[in-house]
Amino acid sequence: MANSMNITLKVWRQAGPDVKGGFETYQVPDANAHMSFLELLDVLNEQLIKEGNDPVEFDHDCREGICGSCGVVIDGVAHGPQKRTACCQLHMRHYRDGDTIVIEPWRAEGFPIIKDLVVDRSAFDRIIASGGYISANTGAAQDANSLPIAKADADLAMDYATCIGCGACVAACPNASASLFTAAKIAQLSLLPQGDPERKTRVKSMVDQMAEEGFGDCSNHAECEAVCPKGISISSISRMRREYVKAMTD
Amino acid sequence: MSLLTNLNSPIGKKLVTGITGLGLTIFVLMHMIGNLSMFSGDDAYNEYAHFLASLGPLLYAVEAGLVLFFLAHAVNGVKIWMGKRKARPQGYAVYKSAGGPSMQSSSSRSMIITGIILLVFTVFHLISFKFGSGGPGNADAAYLTTIDGVEMRDLAKLVREKFALPWYTIGYTAIMLLLVTHLRHGIWSALQSLGAMRPSLSPAVYTIGGLLGLGIGLGFIVMPLALFFGWL
Ligand code: SF4
Ligand code: FES
Repeated sequence: MANSMNITLKVWRQAGPDVKGGFETYQVPDANAHMSFLELLDVLNEQLIKEGNDPVEFDHDCREGICGSCGVVIDGVAHGPQKRTACCQLHMRHYRDGDTIVIEPWRAEGFPIIKDLVVDRSAFDRIIASGGYISANTGAAQDANSLPIAKADADLAMDYATCIGCGACVAACPNASASLFTAAKIAQLSLLPQGDPERKTRVKSMVDQMAEEGFGDCSNHAECEAVCPKGISISSISRMRREYVKAMTD
Repeated sequence: MSLLTNLNSPIGKKLVTGITGLGLTIFVLMHMIGNLSMFSGDDAYNEYAHFLASLGPLLYAVEAGLVLFFLAHAVNGVKIWMGKRKARPQGYAVYKSAGGPSMQSSSSRSMIITGIILLVFTVFHLISFKFGSGGPGNADAAYLTTIDGVEMRDLAKLVREKFALPWYTIGYTAIMLLLVTHLRHGIWSALQSLGAMRPSLSPAVYTIGGLLGLGIGLGFIVMPLALFFGWL
């Protein structure tokens, strides 16, 4: 078949959280340009299972770039070489027959490895739980137009809301900082009236939780924005800092 | 929440680093412009230095502020760098920048190294000039001059002596190039830390920051080179 490819994979294998891991090299002779990157891993796993070996664990769910489950570092770049693309949406047509691809898990103290390429991202849940919510009254839904929001604000809030919580920002950051993820939620809610009641406590709690989870500090490398599958702008981080200063000063 | 815990938070550290960084940038800019007075002659240079020294309490206040800014900037820089090692104990076997909106560069990655070298340099620089021959605690009649009937320190003489030495001139030039590297990421980063947030302006701010850094560095380098090559 014209589109068939022989790909060499160097994959990080680690049997469990506290054991030593290392790279294993595998050949996938039946790769194909039409496959997605995760399908390539599926084919590798079928190979491994047939040989009686342990398949490579990796996270995935929707495989259409919307759930944030997938995420590995491919040849040194979180989610791989294609801009604004989660690795489930990366396709093998970007590679050539005979290529060698190195695959590693997200590496961060805040994202401990569970197995192989799977890391524990529950730190993100705890950051959100610490303040990434709004208080809403129960009862009948209120009239749709009772809270007018300027179009520009609504659009910008929506841009920040598109974060899928994949963790690529942490993985790519030279400091393993979770600033982009945390800031995206703070910036989103800071633009909407619904976010106002908890405005001051939110930024403080979420920033504290982020540090608590062992993520590093931001050095403004902006690498996060470059790998984010949703292209979340570092302007969210500026917004978070302004919100913090406002909360601190009154 | 006390001010201290806030300043030690991930955002507090950035604010302190950014504010002190911008303050120090303004300082090096003024220092550089002051140095250029050498091009108007040794007397102009000495008079400028004498004017600064004669400010007395005001000068001490500014100096105290500078020491504080330097220390706060350095302490936070080191803290951020140490935090980075804790936050990623095991590094990647392969790591690349994704490019594009990324501002990662040799400058941004070497802030800790250029920063430490600049700090050490500053100490030596103060020893050789401010506290050098004819300076405070180092009175020396050979380094006095009289301009318009006013006796003052002949700092220009010391500057000429130092920049007659090849190794001194080369070393100074090299360190100023490191300053350019530091400011290339630093000026943009400080503005970003202080909440500048219009994405469309980021590339412009980065370029202007870089050019300002380059201007400051070159401004520092021209005078010693002119002295060394005997143009001045
Ligand atoms: S900000 Fe982007 S990279 Fe980070 S978790 Fe959200 S979607 Fe993923
Ligand atoms: S698997 Fe859902 S975003 Fe990739």
